[in-house]
Amino acid sequence: MTPVASSVAEPIAGAPPASLAPPAEALPPSPPLQPAMRKPAPKRELRLDLFRGLALWLIFIDHLPANVLTWLTIRNYGFSDATEIFIFISGYTAAFVYGRAMRDQGVVVASARIMKRVWQIYVAHVFLFTIFLAEISYVATSFQNPLYTEEMGILDFLKQPDVTIVQALLLRFRPVNMDVLPLYIVLMFFLPPLLWTMRRSPDLALALATLLYAATWQFDLHLTAYPSGVWAFNPYAWQLLFVFGAWCAMGGAQRLSRVLASNITLWMSVAYLLAAFFITLTWHMPQLYHILPKWLEQWMYPIDKPNLDVLRFAHFLALAAITVRFLHRDWRGLNSPWLRPLVLCGQHSLEIFCLGIFLAFAGYFVLAEISGGAVMHFFVSLAGIVIMSGSAWLFSWYKSAVAKGGSQKTSPDADLAGGDA
Amino acid sequence: MRAGGFASLGRMLGLALLGALAAPGLAMADPAATGCDAPAYLLSTDITLGRVAASLKTDRKLDILVIGSRSSSISSAESTAYPARLQTLLRDKLPGIAVNVSLEMRVKRTAGEVAPGLGPLVAERKPALLIWQTGTYDAIRSIDTDEFRTAISQGIDASQKAGADVILMNLQYSPRTETMINPAPYLDTMRAVAQEHDVPLFDRFALMRHWNETGEFDLFSPSPGIDLAMRVHNCLARALSAFVIDATKINPSELRTLR
Repeated sequence: MTPVASSVAEPIAGAPPASLAPPAEALPPSPPLQPAMRKPAPKRELRLDLFRGLALWLIFIDHLPANVLTWLTIRNYGFSDATEIFIFISGYTAAFVYGRAMRDQGVVVASARIMKRVWQIYVAHVFLFTIFLAEISYVATSFQNPLYTEEMGILDFLKQPDVTIVQALLLRFRPVNMDVLPLYIVLMFFLPPLLWTMRRSPDLALALATLLYAATWQFDLHLTAYPSGVWAFNPYAWQLLFVFGAWCAMGGAQRLSRVLASNITLWMSVAYLLAAFFITLTWHMPQLYHILPKWLEQWMYPIDKPNLDVLRFAHFLALAAITVRFLHRDWRGLNSPWLRPLVLCGQHSLEIFCLGIFLAFAGYFVLAEISGGAVMHFFVSLAGIVIMSGSAWLFSWYKSAVAKGGSQKTSPDADLAGGDA
Repeated sequence: MRAGGFASLGRMLGLALLGALAAPGLAMADPAATGCDAPAYLLSTDITLGRVAASLKTDRKLDILVIGSRSSSISSAESTAYPARLQTLLRDKLPGIAVNVSLEMRVKRTAGEVAPGLGPLVAERKPALLIWQTGTYDAIRSIDTDEFRTAISQGIDASQKAGADVILMNLQYSPRTETMINPAPYLDTMRAVAQEHDVPLFDRFALMRHWNETGEFDLFSPSPGIDLAMRVHNCLARALSAFVIDATKINPSELRTLR
């Protein structure tokens, strides 16, 4: 359904009205698969799109060298960052879109659609890897700095492309900044059994996910990477956020609504966010470092990003709780032209995510080869965001043009459409 | 200068904003100044290196052993790399003290591979101070940070047991390789381990980034020649010499009067 998002979303079948987090539900993207939409076709939930778009922008900015805009990204103000938002909303929309498909088309067809989606993400990942290879091969031949002889050792893997490329195809060799898609691929791959369980008992699924999360910490479950180390985002741990998103989409958010509306939740969230903010502050201002009591440091550090530290998860929950409370789904600003670029980006998340990674590479390249400088930094960041938004707009336009032109028969293109998981 | 004015302006604005909310005492370096200048907090530490201080006062000597990797050297110009420069500078600053800095290179070794050798090495050489520069190869190899953390802990413990004080030195700031090497987890880990063991951390990364932002150096430059490396190492040595002396909590002029 082309998200020429005109108006406000309203509750959809099976989706909760007040939901957790940048909550809301994305519409199943293809207009045509409606056999069983029992309620009047709902409008798109724009908050999801908005925050996913925001996450995409922030991920892009975080992947560039630090510059003025970097100070706008949330990781400077607390424990969690844009990845949490992205994974949570992905879980939410995936459950919503494919949960509906499972209901309407059966487990087999829905699973097939999910696998098709997994394939698309995989191909996108390989495509990005190719671009990465091109970039660093160039750097390897052009960069001669005696200061960084040791750092250039990273290029050693170019000497054995046979191993490296196979490992990349197996998702075990992942360059910097290319960790999110493999996580996403794994999470989506296990979506069919997850949805199957969730449609019977969302709470059971969430309980199992929590159990797995606990087991991850207890038994140190992880996936190894090549040439050494582990996955930067441990799927055993990060699945919790994805499943939690799915759980919210499957009615959990609705059940949480009373908790979310309570003032206790609000104040706890605010207190936690402030505390996290202060602790983050000590990272940026070493002068403050010694204010923290030692026992707190001992207890708190390291804040484990690969395993989705509880502190990060809690930080995300607090952010989400406050967002849901103050940003209502029928807030008129959601339709304002100013937020439109964000919403559009959120509606085409896979494409825009890949584009963002590519632009980050390209931006680095420009800064390194043509000119650095703060003005250039700023310009590169801004240009990237404009390109992302412009492309998102183009995708939307194309989709609506096709939808208008084509007959009403099912577009197999559904999965590429915006708002998809 | 490249990543200069605006970036540092933005950073300072950000910091100032944060600072206004948080606490007094926000000491920023003067970006206009030149010549290896760095914010004071990067050149000082709360921790006192007892053995180094004792060695200065009683034995009137200072033996320093630097355990480093490729980034502790400049190929074909060793005498201009920071360990050699450190020796010169410390001899200047500590008159009457026999300062000796030696370098042990551990090229292409992770912290886990270097750590077991530190105890025996210190026992054999008997330096008062061990400066352990590490992390880069671990970052290149994406070594699991838990492993990295354990290795550093063990290295510190073994060196201290063998009789030396320890200073940790972290990675270089290397903007051109940031798309390929992610230093953040290793920087965080080293900071945490240093805190935990009450060992001073010489923040090479922050210093170099600071100099890059103030325009002291253009670390983005693709082919700067050996000159840049020499100047960077010189500044690192100056910062490190200040840091070492600060960590002894001895005023160098006292040493003179003690005689």
